Amino acid sequence: MKLTETLTDLANPTRFLALTARILPWLVGVTAILLAIGLYQSAMAPDDYQQGATVKIMFIHVPNAWLSMFVWGVMSVAALGTLVWRHPLADVAAKAAAPIGAAFTFLALVTGSLWGRPMWGTYWEWDARLTSVLILFLMYLGLMALWRAVEDPSRAARAAAVLTLVGAINIPIIKFSVDWWNTLHQPASVLRMGGSTLDKAFLWPLLVMAIAFSLLFITLHLAAMRNEILRRRVRSLQMMQASRVTFTSETSAGPKEIGAA
Amino acid sequence: MSALAALIRRDIRIALRAGGGALIGVLFFLTVTVLMPFAVGPDLALLSRLGPAILWLGALLASLLTLDRLFTADHEDGSLDLIVMSRTPLELACAAKALAHWIAAGLPLIVATPVLGLLLNLDGTATLAVAATLLAGTPALTFTGMIGAALAVTLHRGGLLLAVLVLPLSIPVLIFGVAASQAAISGPLPFGTPFSILCALSLACLVIGPFAAAASLRHGLD
Repeated sequence: MKLTETLTDLANPTRFLALTARILPWLVGVTAILLAIGLYQSAMAPDDYQQGATVKIMFIHVPNAWLSMFVWGVMSVAALGTLVWRHPLADVAAKAAAPIGAAFTFLALVTGSLWGRPMWGTYWEWDARLTSVLILFLMYLGLMALWRAVEDPSRAARAAAVLTLVGAINIPIIKFSVDWWNTLHQPASVLRMGGSTLDKAFLWPLLVMAIAFSLLFITLHLAAMRNEILRRRVRSLQMMQASRVTFTSETSAGPKEIGAA
Repeated sequence: MSALAALIRRDIRIALRAGGGALIGVLFFLTVTVLMPFAVGPDLALLSRLGPAILWLGALLASLLTLDRLFTADHEDGSLDLIVMSRTPLELACAAKALAHWIAAGLPLIVATPVLGLLLNLDGTATLAVAATLLAGTPALTFTGMIGAALAVTLHRGGLLLAVLVLPLSIPVLIFGVAASQAAISGPLPFGTPFSILCALSLACLVIGPFAAAASLRHGLD
């Protein structure tokens, strides 16, 4: 009950803006501190007996890869919010998340191939995990193209929501690709049945980095949502002004989407 | 039920008559296949190795090309609004339209495959394998493509946007279609393994496609 009340409260963009204005500085601070700790711990982590110093790429690669899937999950929930509950903030959340998710996916691909060159002897291999993440990246780009192709935000939101939910099928495929197919990419070692196989010296920095990157996503996402709301307000104000200039008598019939952002 | 049958009959008839454009897909398929030997060189051994991949790519592009027409014409003359408002569930109507589109535009591609297989130096088993995988896989292409077509018609944007949205979704079908054909020709895998995954993909698309397309039509049309 409490959660639904909070969500209903947040349907008012002004209230959302006020709340995030209070939260954001704290989030930025905590994210910066955790990132600093995580980076320090990663730098201090011992070299692996097989991989040498390249193992440290993992501390960046794994959180990015996790978040690339997590962000699509967030967008899928937002898509449900758009289609089922018509929550006014849901399409803002979905739109703001897409470029951030694309960036995380891109970083996961780049760090992975930088690690793969010394370890596997190749930057790229068409195995199931790598291919499915590349498809995820393409779908992020397609979604961003869809958002940009349509002027009316609410129309674009509904189309993007359908596409996001269809694309969500890819997420379990990525997650389990290393189990279903015999891939070059190693299977999961942190979250698996029977506990983690990672040594504590690597596990702790990785967990700190994962939390730091998740907080980074939340911070960036909230900031991007604020920007999107403000951008929509500016747009509707501009449209109102334009209609006032052209039809001076019809000022009352301004655009409908003020505050609906 | 009769309403759906009537819809299927009507769509097939429109697609096959002048201005329907379903058979242009086959012509496009032929052209793409003929273009390939010019690009990779007329080496028959190489062509027979690339053959299944070329045929699959051609079929994928040809089915993408004709997808644009799935909803656009109906949207322009207003019959799409009638379909949306009618008493038949929109999901079933979408499935019927996709089925009709597959019969009119997808089946001719499969019929043309043996002829094109000759051009690419494929032997009997290879041609049969490619035709079988296309028969199992093209419904998946049509039904996922329908989602893109529905999005495109509600956004009044077609063409490149449709291709960008639909092609990533069709990659799994392409992977297992080509894998099954290769398995039948040379591969160490038995034909049945990738082929049954391909059939599973098709069945899943048969369920997901109509629902997603109907959702986007219902939310997007005004």
